[in-house]
Formats: sequence, structure tokens, C-alpha cells
Amino acid sequence: MAEVNYKELKKGGFMPQVQKDCFSLRLRVAGGNIQANQLLKVTEIADNFGQGYVHMTSRQGIEIPFIKFADVEIVKRELDEVGLQTGACGPRVRTITACQGVNVCPSGLIDTTSLAKELDNRYFAKELPHKFKIGVTGCKNNCLKAEENDLGIKGGVRPIWHKDECNFCRLCEAVCPIQAIKVQKNNQVVTLDKEKCNYCGKCVKACPVQSWDGESGFIISVGGLFGNRIAIGKQVFSFISSKEQLFKVIDKTLEFFQKYGKKSERFRNTLDRVGWEIFEKELEVRNIE
Amino acid sequence: MSNIKADGFIDITDVVCPITFVKVKVAIEELEQGQILEIQMNEGESIQNVPRSLKDEGHRVVSVESNDDSTFTVFVEKGGLV
Repeated sequence: MAEVNYKELKKGGFMPQVQKDCFSLRLRVAGGNIQANQLLKVTEIADNFGQGYVHMTSRQGIEIPFIKFADVEIVKRELDEVGLQTGACGPRVRTITACQGVNVCPSGLIDTTSLAKELDNRYFAKELPHKFKIGVTGCKNNCLKAEENDLGIKGGVRPIWHKDECNFCRLCEAVCPIQAIKVQKNNQVVTLDKEKCNYCGKCVKACPVQSWDGESGFIISVGGLFGNRIAIGKQVFSFISSKEQLFKVIDKTLEFFQKYGKKSERFRNTLDRVGWEIFEKELEVRNIE
Repeated sequence: MSNIKADGFIDITDVVCPITFVKVKVAIEELEQGQILEIQMNEGESIQNVPRSLKDEGHRVVSVESNDDSTFTVFVEKGGLV
């Protein structure tokens, strides 16, 4: 029998099982979306090469358990027929998770689905000192738990008030969760405390007369962990309004991890060991707008 | 207090989502286009979601008053955004 290169197989999404010669096959999924025809193929593979079931992973992926070593190549070809690929394990960028975002969810502020695909294209399986998880959530409701990730992205909006449309109904003042808006009905003035604003966009969504609008953008958190050690990612950058800037920040973050991270050290532990201030300095955090 | 004259009134402070909006919808059905419904609702989830749903259905919030007891009084014009 041929020598089994477990490391290579694991790299390609085949997770060794307790049962010898069996692998749980992890699929490449971006943003938790999979086409219906692809799902049919997954069903077929699970029936023909697995044990007739799939496992939904904790991070929006799919695994097909009990794939035999002898079937690895044919299963890969079957996946290829519908444009499916195997997922990533080991020290690299993992599945990009995302909520449904602005295209589906009434609360959404950014197109999480497209962003997850773009992130997947740019960073998926990129080799790093340890696993690296990226998650995208469409708004402050945080259904995708951005701060659990090594790098979390949250949709936000920087609101702008337009006097001409305003009917001074005070709804924005009522819905603002941090009391950053003050409406003076008699003087016909509305003020927003920009220092306080958390970019949740509730004023924009609620306003009955489109008096509030604004540009949507991204709030990044870094250093989240939810395994052996539990730590909440921290927001070190200010509001980022362009995708180009977002990718630049991620590129630089991954470069930093590559440069300073020890083998098998999670990003949070690198940040704590090397120093957050070094990270902020190297990324010129203050200049990012 | 407000000097807006309402054509109907509903108190939804004793119910939670989604019954809040269901009750408002039923109350607004009773009115003619352009008439005003006065709604008493809780802070938090109700004030966050009910006015937004009203906007989606084409009704226009004309005034919101805080009652200093964790409730708001919201005046809505039926079909005001159509």
C-alpha cells in the first residue's frame, strides 16, 4: 500500500479520522453559501463514498465523513464536476464566514456575500504561522460573531444628516442606542456626536423621510480566539470606508503575522507577546481612514 | 405633550415581537389613508423595529415623544410615504 502523506492530505481538506484510512472531507465554502446543484453532488458523494450523511461544521462549512483513502482522487474529480473544491486545514487562512448581509437581511449594511467571495479569492489557504480565521458580519447585530475571529469585519455606516428632508419627528433620537443624536425640534437642528457614533446605521434605517444617509464601510477587529484560549477581538482601526483600504489593512495584518508570529502561535498570542503598540505602529493605524 | 390629533390609538407595551407589529398593522387597517395612529410602545426592541416596519409598509412616522417611563408615543400617518 502506498505511503499515506497525512500532512499533504490535511492541507487539502482531508481530515484524518479516528478510523484508520478514513477521512472527513472538508469543502471550500465562502460565506456559508453553496449552490443547490453542488449540494446534490455532495449528497451523491456522501451516499457513494461516505456513510450517507454530512457534518455541518462550526464555521459554515460542510464535511463528508468516512471517505476512504483509496477514493480520494475520484472524490476530488467528482467535486470538480460541479466546481467544488476541498477546504483548508492546518496553519493557513480558513473558511471565510459571513451572514447573508444587505442583499437579504433587512438589518444588513454591507454586501457580506460578495465580500466573503473576494476574501476567499484573495486569502483562502494562505500559509501562516497558525490557523487564521476571517469572518464577516453585516451589521452591529453581529450574527456572525466578528470578534471571535482572528480578523473580524463588521458592516457599518457613517451617517450624514440632511436638513431639507427632515421632519424633526425625533425617531432617530429614539432609536440611537448610544444617545449620540439630539433633535431640537423648535430650532430645527439635529446634531450627531461623531465621537460617540458606533456606525450601527439605526438612524439611517429608521428615518421615515431619508433625512439620514451615509456611506457604508467596515469596522475591523483583530485577535479574536474561541478555542483553548478565549479572547475577544479588539477594534484598533477607525471606520474604513473603502474596500481597497480594507484589503490593504488585511494584507498588512497578515504580513505582520508572517513576520512576527512563531510557528503554531495564534495571532492573538503573537499580538500579546510582541505588543499591540508594535502592531499599531507597523500598520500606521492612526493614518488609516 | 403633543398637539397632534390622532384618529386611533394602540398600546403595544404589553406584547413582544412579532405581536407588536401585528397589533399595529390591525390598528392601522381600521384607518383611512392620511389618518394618524398614535402608538404607545416600549424602548429597545419595539422602538428599534416597529417604526422601521411601518416605513417598509409605506406609513410615515410624523412624531416620536419620549415619555420618561421607558415608553415612547409614536404618531404615524397611514400611507404617508406612498
